[in-house]
Order: sequence, then structure tokens, then C-alpha cells
Amino acid sequence: MQARKKYVLLALCACCWLLLFYWGGVQGRLLKLLSRQRGEEVRLWPDWADRAMLLGYAEPEELHAGEGAGESPRQRQQARSGVYRDSRCRMETCFDFSRCRGRDGFRVYVYPVEKGERVSEGYRKILASIAESRYYTPDPREACLFVLSIDTLDRDQLSSQYVPNVDERIRGYPLWNEGRNHLIFNLYSGTWPNYTEDLGFHIGQAILAKASLNVEHFRPGFDVSIPLFSKEHPQKGGERGWLVRNTVPPRRKYLLMFKGKRYLTGIGSDTRNALHHIHNGKDIVSLTTCRHGKDWEKHKDARCDHDNLEYERYDYQELLHNSTFCLVPRGRRLGSFRFLESLQAACIPVLLSNGWELPFSDVIQWSQAVIEGDERLLLQVPSTVRAVDSERVLALRQRTQMLWDAYFSSVDKIVLTTLEIIKDRVFSHVSRNKLMWNALPGGLLVLPEYSTHLAHFPFYYLSQGISPGQEFTAVIHAVSPLVSQSQPIMKLLQVVSKSKYCSQIVILWNSEKPPPPKSKWPPMPVPLTVTDGRRKTTSRFLPHVAIETEAVLSLDEDTVLLTNEVNFAFLVWRSFPERIVGYPPRSHFWDPVKQVWGYTSKWTNEYSIVLTGAAFYHRYYHHLFSQYLPPSLRALVDRTSNCEDILMNFLVSSVTHLPPIKVAQRKQYKEVPNPQGAKGAPWSNPEHFTQRQECVNAFANWFGYMPLEHSQFRLDPLLFKDQVSVLRKKYKDLERA
Amino acid sequence: MKWLSRVVGLSMCASAKYSSRGPALIPRMKTKHRIYYIALFSVVLLGLIATGMFQFWPHSIESSADWSVDKRSVHDAPLVRLPVSSPIPERGDLSCRMHTCFDVYRCGYNPKNRIKVYIYPLQRYVDEVGVAISSTGLSREYNDLLSAISDSDFYTDDVTRACLFVPSIDVLNQNSLRIRETAQALALLARWDRGMNHLLFNMLPGGPPDYNTALDVPRDRALLAGGGFSTWTYRQGYDVSIPVYSPLSAELELPERQPGPRHYFVLSSQTAIHREYRAELEQLKAENGEAVLLLDRCSNLSQGVASTRKRCHKGQVYEYPQILQESSFCVVLRGARLGQAALSDVLQAGCVPVIVADSYILPFSEVLDWKRASVVIPEDKLPEMYTILKSIPQRQVEEMQRQARWFWEASLSLSSMKAIGMTTLQIINDRIYPYAARTYEQWNNPPVVKWSSVNSPLFLPLIPPRAPGFTAVVLTYDRVESLFRVITEISKVPSLAKLLVVWNNQNKSPPEESLWPKIAMPLKVVRTKENKLSNRFFPYDEIETEAVLAIDDDIIMLTSDELQFGYEVWREFPDRLVGYPGRLHLWDHEMGKWKYESEWTNEVSMVLTGAAFYHKYFNYLYTYKMPGDIKNWVDNHMNCEDIAMNFLVANITGKAPIKVTPRKKFKCPECTAIDGLSLDQTHMVERSECINKFASVFGTMPLKVVEHRADPVLYKDDFPEKLKSFPNIGSL
Repeated sequence: MQARKKYVLLALCACCWLLLFYWGGVQGRLLKLLSRQRGEEVRLWPDWADRAMLLGYAEPEELHAGEGAGESPRQRQQARSGVYRDSRCRMETCFDFSRCRGRDGFRVYVYPVEKGERVSEGYRKILASIAESRYYTPDPREACLFVLSIDTLDRDQLSSQYVPNVDERIRGYPLWNEGRNHLIFNLYSGTWPNYTEDLGFHIGQAILAKASLNVEHFRPGFDVSIPLFSKEHPQKGGERGWLVRNTVPPRRKYLLMFKGKRYLTGIGSDTRNALHHIHNGKDIVSLTTCRHGKDWEKHKDARCDHDNLEYERYDYQELLHNSTFCLVPRGRRLGSFRFLESLQAACIPVLLSNGWELPFSDVIQWSQAVIEGDERLLLQVPSTVRAVDSERVLALRQRTQMLWDAYFSSVDKIVLTTLEIIKDRVFSHVSRNKLMWNALPGGLLVLPEYSTHLAHFPFYYLSQGISPGQEFTAVIHAVSPLVSQSQPIMKLLQVVSKSKYCSQIVILWNSEKPPPPKSKWPPMPVPLTVTDGRRKTTSRFLPHVAIETEAVLSLDEDTVLLTNEVNFAFLVWRSFPERIVGYPPRSHFWDPVKQVWGYTSKWTNEYSIVLTGAAFYHRYYHHLFSQYLPPSLRALVDRTSNCEDILMNFLVSSVTHLPPIKVAQRKQYKEVPNPQGAKGAPWSNPEHFTQRQECVNAFANWFGYMPLEHSQFRLDPLLFKDQVSVLRKKYKDLERA
Repeated sequence: MKWLSRVVGLSMCASAKYSSRGPALIPRMKTKHRIYYIALFSVVLLGLIATGMFQFWPHSIESSADWSVDKRSVHDAPLVRLPVSSPIPERGDLSCRMHTCFDVYRCGYNPKNRIKVYIYPLQRYVDEVGVAISSTGLSREYNDLLSAISDSDFYTDDVTRACLFVPSIDVLNQNSLRIRETAQALALLARWDRGMNHLLFNMLPGGPPDYNTALDVPRDRALLAGGGFSTWTYRQGYDVSIPVYSPLSAELELPERQPGPRHYFVLSSQTAIHREYRAELEQLKAENGEAVLLLDRCSNLSQGVASTRKRCHKGQVYEYPQILQESSFCVVLRGARLGQAALSDVLQAGCVPVIVADSYILPFSEVLDWKRASVVIPEDKLPEMYTILKSIPQRQVEEMQRQARWFWEASLSLSSMKAIGMTTLQIINDRIYPYAARTYEQWNNPPVVKWSSVNSPLFLPLIPPRAPGFTAVVLTYDRVESLFRVITEISKVPSLAKLLVVWNNQNKSPPEESLWPKIAMPLKVVRTKENKLSNRFFPYDEIETEAVLAIDDDIIMLTSDELQFGYEVWREFPDRLVGYPGRLHLWDHEMGKWKYESEWTNEVSMVLTGAAFYHKYFNYLYTYKMPGDIKNWVDNHMNCEDIAMNFLVANITGKAPIKVTPRKKFKCPECTAIDGLSLDQTHMVERSECINKFASVFGTMPLKVVEHRADPVLYKDDFPEKLKSFPNIGSL
């Protein structure tokens, strides 16, 4: 028994030892295996032993000269234009660039509307927008682009707007030339049941600006995809986006919504039929109705009654306001009104429209404003939108507003964007880059003729990590002849030239007398240039080549300023380079009795205009003023010799959506009618004041809305009128009244 | 069942090894027990082995798989003989797009938003008589590309989980391929399925005489990453345009040259230029002289000199590609093919490419903004080239030089096969998960710009309506009396929407409800779990307005007009801190570091959050996105939360805060409960330290200094006080 116990003990010991050994070994192996799991489990592309022996994919000689120079460029061009026509059109083969070489380059001609021609509301607006644009020409000889007067918007044969016999008519036009350099607008193509891309006439070499374009039919770099808009879409101005504030957390009551028709049969019914699957009645509301069309009850299915009932429970507008994301599925055609509606409502569009060439896809980066879904993956949409984090929601939502406001809020903008895209293609070496199209304030307000360099614009300083220039150019508007050395202008020259930030002074000579000889001007520490303004009030804002700095200080000859005031205002401008920074404020208001805009020069608690008799702004606004604004407004200014400052304020506020900035000024002067009579400053004339009131209304009319914004503050130097020692104040002389 | 026998074999070895000490014991045992013990041993052993096997067998097969073979030769790849009758895929379908020819279900929904890419194992294809289908076989470049993919997180070796398939058949250069046989080889791939989700890389498409602009190999629905697409062959949103890789740039490192003026204005270095173009270039040279350099092949080079590395002009020899660095612009003209390897050399040299190739799709044009790095001139306008280039201002040329070099340098762009492969996959990835796509800025901004630029999260210019008002958040510990006075004062402000008291004292309960001042607005008390300064900036759900007024419990000197005016100013600057007491940071030249300044100066770079309006969004940023350990640092030191907030806002918006209203005698809002000068000084030292600490965490000094403050329009103007909106401002 003793021995037996001993053996049992021994056996147990052995077992334990074995166990230890085993587990110990196992642990070692386990470690090895785990490391192998990380390093070797994935079968990588082998690291070949003879890697160094592999041949290059091409000999260096072959790469640099191998294929030879190819055929003659002329021959190639000829061969190309023969082959790449119609559905394979590109600008190089189907567009006659030589038509755009005229003095003014890009000019658009609209065929005269024939007698008895029926033109739909939408097309009328398009034609009006072109006719009012700065590219319009009534002379077909100088035109680069032609637009038909035949209404081609609705090419659905069943529609009442359908215009028959288009083919025959256009072939009769002597200018048609197989459609070369023509631009054709279209919103609806094809008809029930397939809604094809067929327009019902042969467009030939014409550029197509069409809604619901399919990528397959889209001729890249040639056609333009436009959004579908209703005939009620405003001609100009247009409503702002609905986003008035950035709420945080950014999510709204509903996560995702859809409310619309369900097609029981035919094209587009697949997606719409499936939409009810994602409806959960809580944060995802996806409602469809069968009740549309004449004989919906014929096709009605089992879901219809239930769906129709649920459909009535929610209000579309309410959903639009309160949903973070909005589904934009294809309808019969690829694009829908819903797209612009949700864009305006700051409800981030979730697209379910496979193969849709998005509006202005050439230039707009849609991924920054919408969620591009896939019809095939409808059921993934809820989890996809749920995964979008708050920060991105905030960014996407603001981007919808930016795009809406820049390109879609009016027919004017849609048409102008179309023209600008084509213009950028024609003059590709002076065109906007993608950043200009996608950053504030949007491509329409960035004129590439001025510059294609980001640093030359007031909008991109922050996004490019650069700061505005350290110097300014003073532009003095002189109207009275030089008779004495004690004239206000002499004093002004002294004051301005003493500023350490002043790099040059330009005198804009708008007097009846010819400018005095150079010797008459006082000696100056900075270069002085005298430019003839040809006695036009708008010459004040001409893009004078003499201006070399980004900042412009615009001055009237009788402005009274101190060097320190100028310095302070310039430093403020450097913080707000996209705005007007100046001294004398004015304000506008809505007169509810007369139903017009009013203008006031009274001292008020808020202002919306800063007079350009003494103001800093970016020199780009000179260019915008002379190029972007229509000749009619500039003619008004020249005719009345008035309002140029108001117009400049309108322009800048329409670009920035922000008010100008008023800075502290020592002397204050009021714009009040002078009882002494006509002599004296022009603004002492009461007629002058009425004119300004009329100007405000004329300008608001052209812009289509009132761009001016009010501000309630003024920027003062930090210790302004504070009870601290004068010695500590940098701008002490501003306080001496 | 091969694996099973292997495992068993393995375990047999193990058992033999483990029982090696056993036999020594056995002979001394009695027979009757011996059997018993042997049985016992065996049972225990078997049990252990079984457990071990059960747990670990899958790994043991892995380790014995073929893949562990370390070094193999390309020639060891299995040989595949293609029958003549082997099927040929259809030609590429020009109407293919992601939604028609690409199977998204393979990619699926995935939280990482990353596609999985599978690479077919290498095989050597020969036709029936044994002739290889390609003259180069696997090229060095394609091998580099495949190993780069295999090293990336796109890669998977599991063919069933893959979303994208990359064949190991090298089609980079069409000239070295037998087209029909290559197509047959493609069709034989295990998952070919009409080329669905297959990606081919090709840099030199077409062949003589007419040089097609896309690979001629029939490839059905496969995606093509091609160098040299024209607008007619490029399927936008489906294909990817890639550059033609230039091995020269791998051989030789050109040092980066700072952007600036160069010796030559424009240079042409290509050797294969059609004589009509050369004539036009010669004409340009004749008109503009020295500024134009027109290089050609060298005719009389001595033996052994690589002709690709030399260029000549009138007998003078220039080093290529070094000479490219001597010019501001470099012409890249089309040859028979649209894509030119010279483009890579030009970009590497930081020379601005002037691309003259009508209808050419520039590399990665889907994401890269070439207008910022190059000049594209229609072939027709070649004679006007000089004038066009001259019209570009020098500053812009320099920016383009920087941008060109960046496109080449960026790990995701053109510099190596790896970069080309990764960029291609990223582009496809972005199409499949567009909501997680890289942004324009990420693709296009060079590091210099990325560092210095800001893209504010509240970028839309909005002046929010007045109506929602603001929420005042009062942080308090135990100064109840002062707190009540603050509450009473603030409640007079017209736009106050709600008052939130953050009770930061865990040892003491807030006073009873009946004791609180009666105000017209809702008042909420939030009790915190810890006495932390960061509680002040927590995004409480109770804050329902965007505007937040942070206010200390001892700021009783601000008038209702001043607060209301502050709110109005905030509405015009909703993305900034709008506050009352201002502070400044200064560079201390003696100490070589930042210094905090609380004196009344002519400049301001911070506003104290003892009384400041700001957007609630910054509460989120402060609480969840504050870089580094700043938040903890502030909580541990019980100081500088306001400086941290100023840093945060300035860093993300790039804008200075707005100080409102005139100077006011604040009861030293930052030295609460501190008496005496010496304590005050330590306080200042600590705040200076904060600035230095934060600047080092942010890696930069984001604060912006300005000299202005906001006052009401008619402040101190000669105007009846009663007509002013905010008359009661600036009284001490």
C-alpha cells in the first residue's frame, strides 16, 4: 500500500509536471501563433527573391520618345471633327471658337420671338435673364452663343406646352449651322411610359442645358446639367435659404423624410415602391401615396389604402422644416423639384437617383452638400445617415445654403451659371478653379478676367492662410478745379500721404477744367498719379490699372480726416477685408405706407450703408462694380451724378450678406438740406436726396431683393474716450472734438 | 483531410516527447498497478492533447500552408496554358458607370468606409505553343504597385470578402502585350464575372498607328485606371485617370526649389514633338528670344551616356531633368499618345506644366484641381502661348510652382507607383462611400496651406434672429449673495431667454428654491459631480439657444444695456467670442516666450469668459475636441479656462475676438478671492504659463491681435441720450 500511495503521488506529480510542461509549452506556442496571426495570417503579395531582376514596364527611351510624334495635328483635327459629332460632341469638335474672338469675347444672341409664338413662363424667364445679362447682344454677327426663341423646355409630347415641328423650323434658320454654338434649354424630355432623353428634334451640334440629364447621354465638358425648377421660380433675387441660425446639436426632430408619389407601374416605380420599407413612424418618415393621375385606382395594390391614410397625417412643409435629411429619389425622370426644395430648406438631400448627372456637376462639388445614395442600397440609407456625425451635418447644411444662394435661388442665377460654365470652357486658360466655384461667395461673383489667383480676391484669405496686404492706395475723387494751395484736397493729400500704410495716391480728375500740371501738386512721400475720370461718376469705381494694392481708400476731395483715423480704419479693414470699412453711415428702411424703400441720413442707432467718400474696401470691388453690374444701373449713376456710393454698398452687401463697418470718426457731418440754396456741396440739394431714395429702390429692383443689412455697432480704438491717461492711448487725437 | 493527418502527426510527436520521462518509472511497478497507471497516464495525456488540439488546430494548419515560403522567384509562379478557343471578354463598354457595371453589394455597408481589395496570385500565362502573353511579364512597376496595395489597409486575401479585384496580369504597357491572349487570360480569372469589380492599371495605351487613348485589350466591365484617356474614352465617375509613371524620377532626387523666378520663362524638353508644333515653338523662340528654351534630342552623344538624361540645343548639352528646374513654365505637348511621362518630371522639378493636349483627361482630375497647378492651352492656341503665360502674375506663378510640386510630392499623388495605386483606390473608395470622402482641401492644399489655413465650422455668413435670445450660464461655488445679485441684474436684459446656474460645490447644496430671486425667465440649477472649471463650458441640454452668455457670479457691474448690446454684437459675429474685459498676449523678447498682459492697452487678443457671449457650438468643441491635455490641465490648475477657450475659437475660426463697450472697472475678475500683490503676481505668472503651454499644444499661436472694440453707433456722440438704443454704456 505504501508503494501504491507513493506511485499515486508520483503519478500525480508527473501529471502536474506534465501539465505545467504542456501549458508552458502551449503558452510559448500560443504567443508564437498569435504573432503569426497578426503578421502572417494575411497572405500578402510575395516579396519576390528576384524583384531586382524585374524589367521596367517601358524603356526610358520608349517613355520619352517611343511612340513618336504622331500624325499631323491638322490632319488629326480634321479627322476628329468628322467623327466626333452629335452624341459624341466635345467643345473641340462641335464648337466654333473663332466666333468668340471678337472684341467682347463671350456674347449671347437670342433669336427674336416670332409672332404668335407660344412661350411658357419658365422659358420666358430664361430668355429675359439672358437679355438682361451682361453677355447679351442683339447682333448675331458678334455672338458666340445662340439661344433659340422656340420654347424647348417641355418636350413631352403629351404636354400642352409641347411645340411641334421644331426640326423643320430650326433647319430653316440661316444661323443654325447644324446647331453649332447653340444652347438649348430643356426641363422635360420623353413621355409616358419610358420618359427617354428624346427631345423630339435633332439638336445636332448644339449644347444641351437640360434637367434630369443621364450620365450616359451627357456629353462631358459640353452639355450642362441644370436643376429642375418650377415656373413659379423667381426671375431674380429669390428667397434666401431657410437656415437663419446654426442650431446645436444640429439634428432636427426627424432624421430623414420623404413625402411623395408612388408609381405603381413603369419607370421609376422600383425605387418609389420600396420607399415605405424605411418608414418607422418615429424619426424616419417615408410616405408615399398612390392617389395621383387619372386612373390610379385601376393599378392600386394592397398597400395603397394604408399608405394613403398615413400620407395625409403629415404635412410636407412641416417635414421639410423639421427634418435633418430629405430623401430625393428619382421620379419618372431623374431630377425632381424636391431637390431644390430641400436644398433651400437646408434639409440635406439624400439622393437616390442612379445615373443622374447632378446640376452643374462640372463645377459644383456635390459631395460637400448632399449624401449621394444608391438606389440599390435603399435599405442602407437609414444607417448611413445615422452615421453622419454632427459636425458634418452642420457643414453639409451650411453648404446647401451656400449653393442655393449662389446658384439656384432664381432663374437668373441658374441661367447665368449655365453661361458662365460655358464661358469658362471657351476661355479655359482664364477660368475659375474649383475652389472659386465652391467657396463663398460662389463662382458668379468671382470674375476670372480680373484674376485667377486666389490671393487677389478678398474672399480666400483665411482658407488659404494668407493675410491682406500691408498697404493701401488712396483714390481721391476731385471735382473742383485747383485754384489755391489751401483747398481741402491739399490738406487731405498731406494727411493721407503721412500714413505709414499708404503706398500711392491716385487723383481721379473729374473737374470741368483740365488737370493742373504736375508741379502744382505738393511734393509727396508717395507716388501720385492723376487719372482722367471723363466726368463720369462711375469712373470712381473703374478698375484703374494704377491701383496696385489690395486695399483702396476712396476719398472725396473735401473729406476731413486725420492720419490716425486713416491708420485705424485701415487696420480694421485688414480684419474685415471683404467688407466696406468707412466713416459716415447711412441707413435704409422699409416705408410701409408708401410701400417703398426709404433712405435716411439722420443719425440713427443702426446703419446699413457707409459712404464711399471716406472708406476702405478691396480693389476687386472696382472690377465687380464695372463688370458685374449692368450698364443700366451704371448709366443711372452717371446720369444723376449720384448714388454711386449706395450702389457700391448694395454690391458689397450682396456679395458678403453682411453690413459694412463704421469706424470711429472725430468730425461728424450730416447730410441735411442746406437752407442757403444750391451753392455748396451737392448733397445740400434736396433733389439730390430724393434721387438717392429713388436709387435705393431702383437698385433693390435690379437685385431682386434688398441686399443691405443693418449693423448696430461702430468700431472704436480700444481706449477710445476711456478714462485713462491720454499718454497711453495710441489714437488720442481721435477724441479731440 | 491532409490537415488532419498533419495534426495527428504533430500530436504524436508531442506525446512521445512529453512521456520521455515515463519509461524510467514503469519497470519498478507492479504489473497489476502498471496497467492501471499506464491507462491513467494515457487518459490524462490524451485529454490534454485533445484540448490542445481542439483549441489550436486551425493555427497549426495555417502555419503549414504554402504562404510561409519566404523567398520565391517570379518564375516559380504556376504556368497556365491558354487554349486557342479560350473565351475573350467583350470590348470595354463605354456606357459603364458605377451604378450599372459595378456590384456595390460586394462592398457592403462597413463602419470603416473602406473597400476591400483582393489581388490574384501571380500566374504565368502562355499560349498553346508556350509563348508568353507578355514580353515583360510582371514589370518592376506593377510589382511595386501590387505590393503597395497588399501593404495597405485596402488589402484582403479573402476573395469572398473583396469588393475590388486586381489581376496580377500586368497591362501597364500595351506595347508589350499580346492583346487577344491577355484578354483570354483575364477571362480565365476565378472571379472575372464579366470583369465586374475588376480594376486594371494601364499607363501606355494604344499602339501604332492611331494610338487609341484607352487600353485595347477587351475587358468587358472592368474599371480602367489609365494614363492618357481622352474625353471620348474616359468614363467619368467610373474610370480613373492616372499619370504616366516616369522611372527617371525614382532614379534621381531633385531637391525642392523654393518657388520664385527662374532663369528661363518657358522651356520645352520633349524630344518627340511633331514638326508642325516644333515649327510653332521655334517661331515663339524667335519672337521672344532667351526667355524661351527649346531643347531636343542630342545627336552626337558619346557611347554609354543615357540619351534620356541629356537634352541639347544648338550643340549645347543640358542635364535632364535638372534643366526643368531652371524654368518657370515647362511645355508638355501631346505626342502620339495624350499622356506623357514628361509631366511627372516637370512636376517633380516644380515647374508649372503648360499642357497642350486637346481632350486629355489630366491625372486624377476627379479630385485634383489642375487649374491651380498648371496652364492648359488648346493646341490651336500654341502660337499664343507666350502671351497667355505672360499674363499670369508672378505671385500666381509661384503659387502654381508650389502646387505643382505638391501634386508630385503628396504621398497620394504622382511620385511613385505606390502613390499612384493608393490614390486610385482612394478615389474609388470615395465613390462607394461618398459621405466619407476626402475633401477638396485634403486633396489639394499643400502642407503649408493646411497649416496656416482655417475652415471655420460656422462658415455661412448669418445674422441670427434676435428672438431666440441667449442663455446665461453662471458658474458659482458658494458666493450666494453675489450670485443672487448677478441673477437679478441679468434678468433685466430683454433678450435673456434662460438662466442656468452651474452649482460647482459638491459639499453644499444650493439654497432652497424660495430663497432665489424671483425673475421672469426660467432659471435652472445644474449640480456638478466635480468642482471643475470645464463644467462652465459643458454643452448642457438646458441651453436651448445658440447664444451663450458665460458670466461669473461676481460680475455685477455690467448694465442691462451693455449686456443687451453685447448680444446684438454677437448676432453680427456668431462665430466669435464677444466679451467685455479684454486681454493681450505679448512676446517677451528677454525670456523668449509668451507673456500675459492684463493692463489696459491699445490692443486685444482675448476676451475673458467671466463675461462673454459665444456660440453653443464652442461648448461642444471645448468639451469633446479640445486638443491635447489642455482640458485636464485647466481642471488641475483651476485656472485659464478662458484662455483655453480663446485659443480654441481663434484656432478654428482664424478670427480675433470682439471686445465690446468701453473700459469698465471690473473687480479684478481673474483674481477672485486673492488678496495682495504677491498672489496677484503668481496668478499672472501662471496665466503666462498657460499661454505658453497652449501655444505648444496647438503647435502655433492662433490668437489674433486687433486694436478695435465695438461700441454702439452713437456712443459718446453729440446726440440726445434718450434717443440712443443703448444709453447706459460705459458708466463706471
